[in-house]
Amino acid sequence: MSEDVAIIGIGIHPFGRHDSTGMEQGAFAAREALKDAGCEWSDVQYAFGGSSAAGNADTMVSTLGLTGLPFINVANGCATGGSALISAYNAINAGAADVVMAIGFDKHPKGAFDPDPAAFGLGKWYGDTGLMLTTQFFGMKIQRYMHQYGISESTLAKVAVKNFENGALNPNAWRRKPMTEQEVLNAAMLSNPLTQYMFCSPGEGGVALVLARGDIAKKFQKKPVYLRSAVLRSRPFGSFEVFNSWLSPDRGDSPSVGAATAAFKMAGISPKEIDIAQVQDTESGAEIMHMAECGFCEDGEQEDMIQSGETLRTGRLPINTDGGCLANGEPIGASGLRQVYESALQLRGDAGDHQVPKPIKTAFTHVYGAPGISACTVLSN
Amino acid sequence: MATQTPVAPDIFTWPSDEPQLIGTYFPESGVTTFPQASACPRTASQKGERVLLPRRGKLWSWTIQGFLPKSPPYAGKETPATFKPYGVGYIQLGDQVIVESRLTTADPKELVIGMEMELVIIPFTTDDDGNDVVTYAFAPVKK
Repeated sequence: MSEDVAIIGIGIHPFGRHDSTGMEQGAFAAREALKDAGCEWSDVQYAFGGSSAAGNADTMVSTLGLTGLPFINVANGCATGGSALISAYNAINAGAADVVMAIGFDKHPKGAFDPDPAAFGLGKWYGDTGLMLTTQFFGMKIQRYMHQYGISESTLAKVAVKNFENGALNPNAWRRKPMTEQEVLNAAMLSNPLTQYMFCSPGEGGVALVLARGDIAKKFQKKPVYLRSAVLRSRPFGSFEVFNSWLSPDRGDSPSVGAATAAFKMAGISPKEIDIAQVQDTESGAEIMHMAECGFCEDGEQEDMIQSGETLRTGRLPINTDGGCLANGEPIGASGLRQVYESALQLRGDAGDHQVPKPIKTAFTHVYGAPGISACTVLSN
Repeated sequence: MATQTPVAPDIFTWPSDEPQLIGTYFPESGVTTFPQASACPRTASQKGERVLLPRRGKLWSWTIQGFLPKSPPYAGKETPATFKPYGVGYIQLGDQVIVESRLTTADPKELVIGMEMELVIIPFTTDDDGNDVVTYAFAPVKK
């Protein structure tokens, strides 16, 4: 595997609800990442960052320092953080810079997202008639999947239970109260078959990563983590996405399949060699389906894997070790970078109470979002 | 009696005793879109034909919208106190296309993937003049 690009600094602003602005949370994460890397803002030669609802990332040069560095704002929905990371990775590989920051932050109002149909190429009628809700898509995708592959409601609930359990051990998580399977199943039904506690909530937070050329990484960081691949894909024909007024009966793969396949190929390893994975759990069903879409199992095998505890922090393949979106909420711009932050923390052995007990060398991350995009990374020591 | 206004002029035939959804058929690829589209997402061909879609199909997946959507974009005038959950689903119309739609039932016990469904037109809100605004929905076919 290539050691061309390393993560030398990681910083996070706790996720949840805060009085500070999204931008301030981003700047906090940036300072934490610089401190972790043992470098100054003036050492950063290039920056990529973005938020969905909390302002232009490059504005924060006024608080971090007016060094004149090129700072490119990234706006790519749920893959904003992932896209900033891929841009940073490419900038280093292209020789444009040796030290680069990728940053994502956000702050959303309470309740489900309320996007404008026109922004997604849809007629106004789609929103008027009450179809413009991401939650409906998630309900219908897992409903069909459960019907086709025999996934039980108990398994849906167990995913939420696991992620809240992991979140309870993570000081930066938002929801830190463990829940029982019965509590999750008995909660209000928001969009069948998904109850209130099977869904993540829009929230707040910020994450920053400092990346460097692999051969100089150890000058900054004793325990660099190598970014073996970083891939973004948009949707192929026949995939089933958020905000589709129609689907083709000729069904195809999701963009996550394409992104994960390419990420493993670029890294030169297979899903079987991955020790921990962070996969998008916008809701419990998404985590289950993404396990298969990313290549960790065949469709339907999740039922046994989850019922037998294989994806617990103590299991064979721990998934969403920091509590995922369910326990951290979803500040869109920061969400994908949170997964990479958590992977680096675990690979360094610095995750404290939520450190997975088994020795680990490799990690995988996956985000998914509207209108059908996915970003994946493979990381290792 | 107040008149009924369609939510959009070109997504279903209205007024009509047997309303149909309006899509675009692209002969080069065999792809049918709903609603109408200027280009085929499979081949990028711009040679599409307006097509009226079958009125019956099979339920492909479903959910129940359990909370009041935010307005905008939602044009319904319910309040959290008056809101009643509504069904949403995908209905497969033969081998042509799978369309997303509101459903006339919000009872999970009445919905089974694969069941026969039929297009109906339903009022879902009122406009500023007090006219009913109607949209399309699919209803279970009574045996």
